[in-house]
Amino acid sequence: MAYNTYSLKEAANRPERFVAGHRMCAGCGSPVAVRAVMRALRPEDRAVVCSATSCLEVSTCTYPYTSWNDSFLHTAFENAAASLNGVEAAYNALKKKGRLTENYKFIAFGGDGGTYDIGFQSLSGAMERGADMVYVCYDNEAYMNTGIQRSSSTPIYTDTTTSATGSRSSGKPQFKKNLTKIMAAHNIPYVAQTTFIGNFKDIHKKAETAIYTEGPAFLNVLAPCPRGWRYPESDLMEICKLAVESCVWPLFEVIEGEWVLNYEPKKKLPVSEYLKVQGRFKHLFEKGAEDLIERIQDDIDRRWEDLINLCNIS
Amino acid sequence: MSKRDRLSGNEAVAAAIRQINPDVVAAFPITPSTEIPQYISSFKADGLIDTEFITVESEHSAMSACIGASAAGVRAMTATSSAGMALMYELLYVAASDRLPIVMAAVNRALSGPININADHSDSMGARDSGWIQIYSENAQEAYDNMLMAHRIAEHPDVMLPVMICQDGFITSHAVQNIVTEDDAFAKAFIGEYRPEKYLLNPQESLGVGPYSVSVYYMEIKRQQFEAMNSARRVIADVSAEFTARTGRAYAMFESYRMEGAELAVLLMSSSAGTGKVAVDALRERGVKAGLVKLRVFRPFPAAELAGAFPGVKALGIMDKSDGFSGCGGPLGAEVRAALYGKADGIRTIDYIYGLGGRDVRVEDFYEIFDELARMAGGAEAPDCRYHGVRE
Repeated sequence: MAYNTYSLKEAANRPERFVAGHRMCAGCGSPVAVRAVMRALRPEDRAVVCSATSCLEVSTCTYPYTSWNDSFLHTAFENAAASLNGVEAAYNALKKKGRLTENYKFIAFGGDGGTYDIGFQSLSGAMERGADMVYVCYDNEAYMNTGIQRSSSTPIYTDTTTSATGSRSSGKPQFKKNLTKIMAAHNIPYVAQTTFIGNFKDIHKKAETAIYTEGPAFLNVLAPCPRGWRYPESDLMEICKLAVESCVWPLFEVIEGEWVLNYEPKKKLPVSEYLKVQGRFKHLFEKGAEDLIERIQDDIDRRWEDLINLCNIS
Repeated sequence: MSKRDRLSGNEAVAAAIRQINPDVVAAFPITPSTEIPQYISSFKADGLIDTEFITVESEHSAMSACIGASAAGVRAMTATSSAGMALMYELLYVAASDRLPIVMAAVNRALSGPININADHSDSMGARDSGWIQIYSENAQEAYDNMLMAHRIAEHPDVMLPVMICQDGFITSHAVQNIVTEDDAFAKAFIGEYRPEKYLLNPQESLGVGPYSVSVYYMEIKRQQFEAMNSARRVIADVSAEFTARTGRAYAMFESYRMEGAELAVLLMSSSAGTGKVAVDALRERGVKAGLVKLRVFRPFPAAELAGAFPGVKALGIMDKSDGFSGCGGPLGAEVRAALYGKADGIRTIDYIYGLGGRDVRVEDFYEIFDELARMAGGAEAPDCRYHGVRE
């Protein structure tokens, strides 16, 4: 597998499929995720990309411009998976009738709002039907395009514009939904969770596996948002590293139902190390909020234990 | 060679879809259109079609998948009713603005609430501003014929708009009628192949579909939809004329039934036109100068032609099988009156809200309506709008 022969230099030198000139913010994880995933396509393969309505969509395909060298489709917020399922069906029809000889791959992108929430039904349906496509969620843990509103992916106690903190509120009262586990429960061939670490080997390998596994695949990519999370733009990679080292965002795969942990921190960082560098959690470091961080830590520990068990690691 | 057959409206539409052999069908079950995807599944199971059949988890995904498939460059179809169409509303607008010639078998059923599975036009009337061409069928024969014409209209380079072929739920969709079907060779030759100019799966040229359009571009896109909808008038006329020439069955924007010398007339759509024609025949026997106009094409709306459709008519009953809840009538009432205004003044009109949720419409109902029209023609007071066939 390419995993063993990965070279960032080789990957970065492939013809660019998602090009400069788009209007995404500096320090945003979304276009970084897109480039990393698109780099995993073999240069000889074509692709049709579908994006849910999102920052990504409105900033990368603004008429009459596009940053996509491959064919690109946008229809609405909640239906990227179903829309791309239609494209894939058309491809199968044309192939069957001998009207198309080229090979195409199908990749959908959605934010957490378009994936965990409003697009969840469409995603679940397309995956259950076995559509040969990859759905990539760039998870920035809130509705960023409309101005930082909470989603079911937003972590507990996050300050957002619809889970505001105040004298009677510590932010979002509910825990984050475990979507990657839910997608694994669809018994699809490949599910993985990743983010930007080191030389991008983890995301590259997972994107390549997802794209070149026959049938449906789901990738969940933690993709921080500097405006919503309130960190300096230059800290994107550092934030991702802290998420992994604190086990807030573990790196794992579920291959044909088998859970595989890809990285185990030598020394698990306390969650406060991850929280304290983000303005959205600032209120947790005020006097009297200590128990809130404890509660977050307990939840992270519980989820990590669960993952360790699923991966059969003692 | 054509063949005499006995088919329900759903069977007739399914027969047409088998002949069309669309590349992709994405559909979700909803009464009373459910039989159509069932037939598609059977056709596929028996090797009669090679359609990719996407058994989606909702109508929203059905229309989304049709948009994806059509944008990718193939023929895409769906079937739905009522709440299913309402769940598609958001995407109907997207399909039209993306200029995708998707064809839908619409089996009209009332919208909730209260929940009801029977016919009225509230579902497709809710989509009247979505940019879809809407063609209404009186019976199984028309549903079949209109379906054979749908792709020719939708895919015409001057049109490139989605089309819904409507028939009344249960009344038409489930009633078995004598119809004539055309042979496969004729149907395939008439429909032809679809080769779009721009599509996602074109290896020679990538394409972006559905970009974000800011204020400096959005309105030009709407203007082009307006142009396409206007071009559809000519294309519908041409395709209908060609179909008529080859089958002997006449189709136009609307049908004028016994309108020669008519002084009293009703205008309506779909299955109740059949009942209305029986009433008109009986009234003519009695010497009442009654006539009927059955609107076939509601989008594009044939306003100019309708303005000339009622010469000599003194009182016109416009019959709406849905209420727009404007407080002054349904959509047909508003649009037909607007078409007549300034062009055919002097005709007294009344808008009847009738047949909602499958309320039976009998020949006697038309007698009552024509009685009222006769009183109006004689100068009697009448409301602008009233419910007909309701307990009050």
